[in-house]
Amino acid sequence: MPRSWAGRPTHIRVGGPAPYLFDEGGGVGTQEFVFVMSLISGETLKDSYDVIIVGSGAGGGQAAYVLTLEGAKVLMLEAGRNYDPVAETPMFQTNGQAPLRAGPTPDRPLGFYDALPNGGYRIEGEPYTNASADDQRQFYWLRARMLGGRTNHWGRVALRYGPYDFKPHSRDGLGVDWPISYPDVAPYYDKVEMLVGVYGTNEGLENTPDSSPGCLLPPPKPLVSDLLIRKAGRSLGIPVVPCHKAVLTQRLDPDDLPARLHPGNAFAQRIVRDAMRQRAACLWATDCTRGCSVRANYQSTTVHLPPALATGNLDLLPNAMAREITLGRDGRARGVTFIDKVTGREGHASARAVILAAGAMESVRLLLNSRSAQFPQGLANSSGLVGKYIMDAAASIFTGQVPLLESLPLHNEDGASSCHMYAPWWRYRDQLAGQLDFPRGYHLQWYGGRKMPSLDTGAGMEWLTGGSYGARFKADARRYYGSFVNFLGLGEMIPNEDSCCELDPAAKDRWGIPVLRFHWRRSGYELRQVAHMQETFAAVIHAMGGRVRGASPPAREIDGARFITPGGSVSHEVGGARMGADPGKSVTNRWGRTHDVPNLVIADGAAFASSADKNPTLTIMALAWRAAEQLAAGLKGGNLS
Amino acid sequence: MSPVPAPAWSGRSRPMDRRTAIKWILAAAAAIPVIPRVARGDDAGQPPVGYGPDPDVLKTYHPGELWPLSFTPAQRRTAAALCDTIIPADAVSPSASQVGVVDFLDEWISAPYAYPFESDCDLILGGLTWIEGESAARFQAAFADLTDAQRAAICDDICYLPRAKASRREPAKFFARFRDLVAGGFYTTPEGTRDIGYVGNVPLPFFAGPPPEVLKQAGLD
Repeated sequence: MPRSWAGRPTHIRVGGPAPYLFDEGGGVGTQEFVFVMSLISGETLKDSYDVIIVGSGAGGGQAAYVLTLEGAKVLMLEAGRNYDPVAETPMFQTNGQAPLRAGPTPDRPLGFYDALPNGGYRIEGEPYTNASADDQRQFYWLRARMLGGRTNHWGRVALRYGPYDFKPHSRDGLGVDWPISYPDVAPYYDKVEMLVGVYGTNEGLENTPDSSPGCLLPPPKPLVSDLLIRKAGRSLGIPVVPCHKAVLTQRLDPDDLPARLHPGNAFAQRIVRDAMRQRAACLWATDCTRGCSVRANYQSTTVHLPPALATGNLDLLPNAMAREITLGRDGRARGVTFIDKVTGREGHASARAVILAAGAMESVRLLLNSRSAQFPQGLANSSGLVGKYIMDAAASIFTGQVPLLESLPLHNEDGASSCHMYAPWWRYRDQLAGQLDFPRGYHLQWYGGRKMPSLDTGAGMEWLTGGSYGARFKADARRYYGSFVNFLGLGEMIPNEDSCCELDPAAKDRWGIPVLRFHWRRSGYELRQVAHMQETFAAVIHAMGGRVRGASPPAREIDGARFITPGGSVSHEVGGARMGADPGKSVTNRWGRTHDVPNLVIADGAAFASSADKNPTLTIMALAWRAAEQLAAGLKGGNLS
Repeated sequence: MSPVPAPAWSGRSRPMDRRTAIKWILAAAAAIPVIPRVARGDDAGQPPVGYGPDPDVLKTYHPGELWPLSFTPAQRRTAAALCDTIIPADAVSPSASQVGVVDFLDEWISAPYAYPFESDCDLILGGLTWIEGESAARFQAAFADLTDAQRAAICDDICYLPRAKASRREPAKFFARFRDLVAGGFYTTPEGTRDIGYVGNVPLPFFAGPPPEVLKQAGLD
């Protein structure tokens, strides 16, 4: 264990008063909450741990939470810096207070306030490459380098995979089935929803599962645009229902939920009760993508890591870039070699088990970079499938303008910042009957309303205004503000042979670690699906009495390639170390443990065998909970094989 | 077309079309500080740099604070006049130049980043030059000294690209981009935000949803 490198100061933060907490009566409260975030330095690294977790986002955070509450000693390695949302979140800053009106720049590609410091599609000194120069075959990899990873900035849409999503091959012969079924995961979805707090309703819709009673928080009231879309949806047969989003519409019940989450574990119940008391309900302002200083939405740094740290069982080492999983003579994972990014020195930590949750592609990279005589193609890669069958949502967008939303009386539409409602996929039966020319579904989200003015306010309106300026322009801006509806369709991508990643034979990062090279191809399934989305968007806008720019051709005349999102850009990338029953055709088993190395667990999106149209985060957490619980039982029993 | 800029796909407030997304992603993938495009008087050989990937996001920034501004006094005067032709003062709010939009435009064209700032800089400086040339040719005066009717005579030719004559297409592209930036710059000021009727960004104990008069007007009552 390295003792010589300069230890970073142990960071102890005691939170001050939370400025915008509300008491139960609805008035502004002044409760204090105290939050001690202790990070270790290389000097305090223990000789050995029960488990090392690589990554601190949805999968890593969830695994750390479960393991530490079960008493395991855990070391978490995070490649980015420490990050404290309580102190660092720009909660009420306006776009006018930021450089360039908070618009995107190469330094902050998702905008100035998006909670992704040091992250982006490009990270200095940490490149990746694409095998093809073809525009349609690029993969764009959005990485975080911060405690909590991308959970800090994500949109918080938290949808369950449904029964069909785990058995896609059985249903239509495409892709592969998972080795698990929806009922295997359902109890963990329940737990995650109770822990993180997810609003939504049970609608009993096909392949859109209901939660157990008491799991969901009430949804926020719909915006006027939601109501118009719902009305339009009725005329088109599209279900428009409350979205599921990891935002606290009310405070979690600390007297009920901990016992349901951790029956028989008084230690865990006490810790989780305290953690829940430190989270406020949504204050209905500021975009969730900035993070949340009152912890009203889910991010690993406000929900998973505080209780895990409070157990005293978690050592958290930021700025530690994992480079290799080391293998013992017994063929089991022994630990992780990492680079201290501050000093550039290499260190090694040892553990009885290793969990990879570095983000699907980063976990794949780590496996491929962990080569040995036993695993010359990379660790746990006897199947040759590490890096294969990567996926990202097939998505597209569309904007319409709705006269009924023009010049409305002033009212506050901030709400939960997006997605009070959504439209889950509704044409399963038609697909089964072969009535559509694409096999898998998509769901619709939309964004609109009288949101905080930004660079796009008043911009791009010529098609409505005929190019007004002067007094007429000011009148037009008032009239059209809030009258646009921006649709986002998210569709399932079917895994294919040509979408994969491998180690680049030449390129290395600043520490000399080989980097990933991506191969990417969308199939006709996705392109036709996106064309259909575009047709649907226009139909909904028209049914609202709205206007679209240009013609609205039927799907068969739309070239999906013109509209589909670039590979990776939805940041729903999954796969690359898929789970399966057959060790020859998959990398992990039904518990996320690699077939080749039983004490090595994949707890992020890499283990996904399919992608579904639903955002992956809730499923990552549910599977990580399940994997960590099973691992904890194995650790206690002394049997990890 | 989507009133775009800020990227984002899932769960974020302003999705972006494919073409724009690719431009942004590529820009981010080539995030090398660009060589200063405009001669800067105080340039001591160090090209300006951006705010970096981990800036203080809590503080308030002002144009000129992070990198030097670069409009010449003449450009500034033309820009201010055009700003106020697009967003003049009225009973509701001040004009664009009165609330610092010229400084914002200067910050924008001077930004040490490539896309879209580099091409915007060329477009805007070129456009301002064209405006002055047009003003001199038609009215023998600086644009800022023209009457409202004279300014309108120039702007009417270029305010809507689909109707612009072939010889006015480039100036019309300039005008469209300039108007977008002026609008974004203006409505993000406190005065502009009040003007357009944004009443959010305040903590609330509960979310009430749309009030009855809104539902009535939208035909939902």
